Amino acid sequence: MSDRKKLLDEIRQLEFATVDLNLYLDNFPDNKRALSDYNMFTNQLMCLKSEYEDKFGILTNFGYSESQFPWTWINEPWPWESGE
Amino acid sequence: MWIYEKKLQYPVKIKTKDIQMAKYLSAQYGGPDGELSAAVRYLNQRYTMPSGRTKGLLTDIGTEELAHVEIIASMIYQLLKDATIDELKKAGLASHYTQHGRAPFPQDANGVPWTSAYIQATGDPITDLHEDMAAEQKARTTYEHLITLTDDPDVIDVLKFLWAREIVHFQRFGEALVHVQDSMDTKRCF
Repeated sequence: MSDRKKLLDEIRQLEFATVDLNLYLDNFPDNKRALSDYNMFTNQLMCLKSEYEDKFGILTNFGYSESQFPWTWINEPWPWESGE
Repeated sequence: MWIYEKKLQYPVKIKTKDIQMAKYLSAQYGGPDGELSAAVRYLNQRYTMPSGRTKGLLTDIGTEELAHVEIIASMIYQLLKDATIDELKKAGLASHYTQHGRAPFPQDANGVPWTSAYIQATGDPITDLHEDMAAEQKARTTYEHLITLTDDPDVIDVLKFLWAREIVHFQRFGEALVHVQDSMDTKRCF
């Protein structure tokens, strides 16, 4: 498995955990354990995303990530092509 | 404001041509109980939700549904992209090819285009949340039907992920419904 795919899989796993906890927290905002898990996974996710974006190009645009030169947002393949 | 993240929520790696499946999968792209219906339904109903919790939940589930629209469209794209004319004809997709080439298009499994008549917004949170719970169950059933229609493990794997999300969303909408009912403090008689 390539470094890129491995890193993206880890990002996807962490992001899945944050999405799922996010939905739970919408209904149970005073659950301390869920909130602490959410914050912990968010922290790890931000680190991995920044590592990925430095190596392989930005995942988000509109001011959410700084791009290397030249502008990496338009790099192919796009997700539906790579399936990633 | 929405931000696009340049990756799929769940990977889609279809290696075998199962072209007929593209036609069936359309049910979850532009069908009545599909992902597009779900996204538009929740993102539209959120404006008249009564609390921060319910406004947040509909915004967030609606946003996740947009990621599911992308997953289904990616499956259809991958299934159709290398299909020959003969294969398209054999799979019953000649009429799709006539109007749309190999492009995914938001329509149901019979080619009926998506319409907002599939969804509702009543401005009543109790009514809308009941609709949302029913919608998640209908989508769950559709995924079960789709899973029985293929033996391609690459397709089944993605469908099982989406199937499981329907169940989680149903649960979250149910909790939201209870919370809204409790905070309205009304007597419920059945």
